[in-house]
Amino acid sequence: MSSDTPMGDPIAQRPQVAAASSAAASDLAIELIGINKRFGAVHANKDIDLQVRRGTVHGIVGENGAGKSTLMSILYGFYTADSGEIRVNGTPHAITDSRHALALGIGMVHQHFMLVDNFSILENVVLGAEDSAMLGPSLDRARKELTRLAKEYRLDVNPDAIIEDVSVGTQQRVEILKALYRGADVLILDEPTGVLTPAEADDLFRVLRTLRDQGKTIILITHKLREIMAITDYVSVMRQGAMVDTLKTSETNPEQLAELMVGRRVLLRVEKTAAKPGDTFLSVENLVVKDDLGVTRVKDVSFTVRAGEIVGIAGVAGNGQSELLESISGMRDQTSGIVRLKGTPLSLEGDDGAHRARKAGLAHVPEDRQRMGLITAFEEWENAMLGYEDDPAYGKGIILDSAAAQAEARERIKKFDIRPANERLKTANFSGGNQQKIVLAREMERNPDVLIVGQPTRGVDIGAIEFIHNQIIKMRDAGKAILVVSVELDEIRSLADRILVMFDGQIVGEADPATATEGELGLMMAGVTDKKAAAPARVAAQGQGS
Amino acid sequence: MSSAILKPLPRWADVVLLPILNLALAFIVSGLVVLAIGQDPLAALNAIVTGAFGNGYNFGYTLYYSTNFMFTGLAVAVAAHAGLFNIGGNGQAYIAGLGVIAVALPLQFLPWWITFPIAIVAGAAVGGLWGFIPGWLQAKRGSHVVITTIMFNFIAAAIMVYMVVNVLKPAGILAPESAMIAPEGRMPKLGAFIPWFKNTDVNFTLVLALVCLVGAYILIWHTRFGFAMRALGQNPTATRYAGMSNSRIIMIVMTMSGALAGMVAVNQVVGVQYRLVLDYVADAGFVGIAVALMGRNHPVGILLAAVLFGALYQGGNELQYVIPGLSKEMVVVIQALVILFTGAMEGLFRPGLQRIFMTLSPQQKAGAIEANSVKSGS
Repeated sequence: MSSDTPMGDPIAQRPQVAAASSAAASDLAIELIGINKRFGAVHANKDIDLQVRRGTVHGIVGENGAGKSTLMSILYGFYTADSGEIRVNGTPHAITDSRHALALGIGMVHQHFMLVDNFSILENVVLGAEDSAMLGPSLDRARKELTRLAKEYRLDVNPDAIIEDVSVGTQQRVEILKALYRGADVLILDEPTGVLTPAEADDLFRVLRTLRDQGKTIILITHKLREIMAITDYVSVMRQGAMVDTLKTSETNPEQLAELMVGRRVLLRVEKTAAKPGDTFLSVENLVVKDDLGVTRVKDVSFTVRAGEIVGIAGVAGNGQSELLESISGMRDQTSGIVRLKGTPLSLEGDDGAHRARKAGLAHVPEDRQRMGLITAFEEWENAMLGYEDDPAYGKGIILDSAAAQAEARERIKKFDIRPANERLKTANFSGGNQQKIVLAREMERNPDVLIVGQPTRGVDIGAIEFIHNQIIKMRDAGKAILVVSVELDEIRSLADRILVMFDGQIVGEADPATATEGELGLMMAGVTDKKAAAPARVAAQGQGS
Repeated sequence: MSSAILKPLPRWADVVLLPILNLALAFIVSGLVVLAIGQDPLAALNAIVTGAFGNGYNFGYTLYYSTNFMFTGLAVAVAAHAGLFNIGGNGQAYIAGLGVIAVALPLQFLPWWITFPIAIVAGAAVGGLWGFIPGWLQAKRGSHVVITTIMFNFIAAAIMVYMVVNVLKPAGILAPESAMIAPEGRMPKLGAFIPWFKNTDVNFTLVLALVCLVGAYILIWHTRFGFAMRALGQNPTATRYAGMSNSRIIMIVMTMSGALAGMVAVNQVVGVQYRLVLDYVADAGFVGIAVALMGRNHPVGILLAAVLFGALYQGGNELQYVIPGLSKEMVVVIQALVILFTGAMEGLFRPGLQRIFMTLSPQQKAGAIEANSVKSGS
């Protein structure tokens, strides 16, 4: 395993073969020249040039809507460019669909895995690439090929494991194996680490490095600058449909990249003073919560949040954080346990539990704003009062005073700098960051004692992240108790005054963000606690949920 | 892929142009059918229009049918705003007759303006109950209203046969129907106020229907409850997040929907038939689905669609007398085609129209892409 250069590897030899023709072109696995793509008046890709060298990891960063996805979709054959040329290994190609892209050796690993949960890994790899009417021979061939790939790229998996039983990290390996099995030389990965623990992400990076060293080319789309710095050789920055710059990663830094992305200087670190915690405002005692399928997702969780502090819950997505948030805020029935607000137990049962929680002074910014926090088909002002529509400020009796509600919405639009500043616009037409501001304004302006925020900046542009973080800190400094749940460890570390780590439905540890290292937190997030007693046995007994 | 991104039509095109195109297509296909059996389509069209609007007598009957369709159309629309598909309007309208006759017979010697409000309440109560039960089953037990309401249509039909034959039918009468309501307890015909209508079946219940249209408009767009039910219809997870009780909204909306359908019984029992007969609903509940679809669940649209379907019913009835070659069955075919194209297939022209609009206006297209990227991008 230690020797990474298997003899007779055709891929490793290919660069030398190509070098014979043209020195400059031979280096390039992918070359995009003058790519233009318009959707009506929107110029999604403006005259884009991109050169991706063979055998490198090439990062592409940019805000939402910068055109990264469009560009990669053109490369992968989802869209055809209006003008421009795509060269694969120096030869121009008009890529018409993803099958064509695959035939040219371009594979894609999507952000959301495209796997059949109740199939085995082997079956998933073969799916869509069966080469005979009977399945048996295909599976046998695939099994041999998987063994070879596993050896070559150190991508070990158990081919007979069922997808739903394996960890998210393994599922991602399967996606990579699928692409390699289909002969991909160039791998496009779209936000690959969103669902991984830091350890799993490190593992992914190790795999990517191996692939690169074996001559594969990796294109990595991400918004995490840390990952760009950690793994890529080159990085291209896109802004508003244009390619701003391509840099050698070793010659740049996160601040410069952020500035290139946004077009102005951005503060990456949250600036805040030390917390001055006061009385306990929120206390959660022995909370047990089941999900819709009856599986216990929150297992006897207890913690408190005090006035004037931000408690962050770190953890990999799917370890019970969603159910915890939903039950504290009254959206989901709890099996047992007590949630107290300033000492008074909240009655949260029933499908109007959230209403009573709000009345008691608990505001909730949900982790999935489009599914929960907003009705995207409604106009902005209607969402600005969602959950508070029975407030007497919006009219007497059963009649709704829409003029009063709209006036209030206008004020908040100004205060939170929501764009476009039009309360009559459909909420779906606002960007992710502005939608999040609509929710934040609604929940914060009620002046609640306790604010619960799930994924504060998911899908939010860098520029708006800064604003949102500052608003949360302002709430804290006003003496409110704030609970933040995020799968972005960086966000938790910079925002929280106290970190709780959740794994498999339990709080497995507490850490001080000032002293805890990322490694320590990562281990806790993976369920490995260094407490000598009991912990290892428990971790061993639990498969990791996804 | 890019062709899949289509922006919703501008409102006027959605509300006016699309229904007109659908209607035109229905008439063209109907015309071809008429042509196929050797008749003149234009003469047939002329007969339908004259039969529906030609004089006060004809128009009165058109409005009488429209009254029923306004109620059933509203019943479907109110539920639809809350994301509920109530296809039990027929059963709710039918069984509500029990409530109406139960108060109309004992109170038959009182003036109509006393009987009328009581009959409304009784009809609404029984029709509402018939909507509430499926609502409760959905809210508390997760039984889908589409399944339960259609089952309740059959249950209502069976109960009504039993009640009419075994309970309400006076001894000595052969036909399966209740006793007649005395003239004092009958709803006045509109002809009594407006002589132009002559002695047609359109009666004071039409005023009730118009009041219900206005009331529904206020309810849906200008009350707190209307906000909650529209929110539920758009995103039930968000209403749970907001703490509106989804189960409560479902039960109230289904009750209101059933009560609105129940107003058909007021029109039929105290306004037209003056007794309870079998099958008096005559599938008005199902026509209401087409009316609501064509009227885009908006009271103004429902008013127009209800008059259109009323005209089709009335004009169609006249057609067979004017053109003997077109039988009653032919009329049913034409009505069915209109329902098919304006109701069931109302989206037929939508993608084509959207493409035309996007070609005509690049800004439209840009907006669509933006909206799409916001949706998928975050």
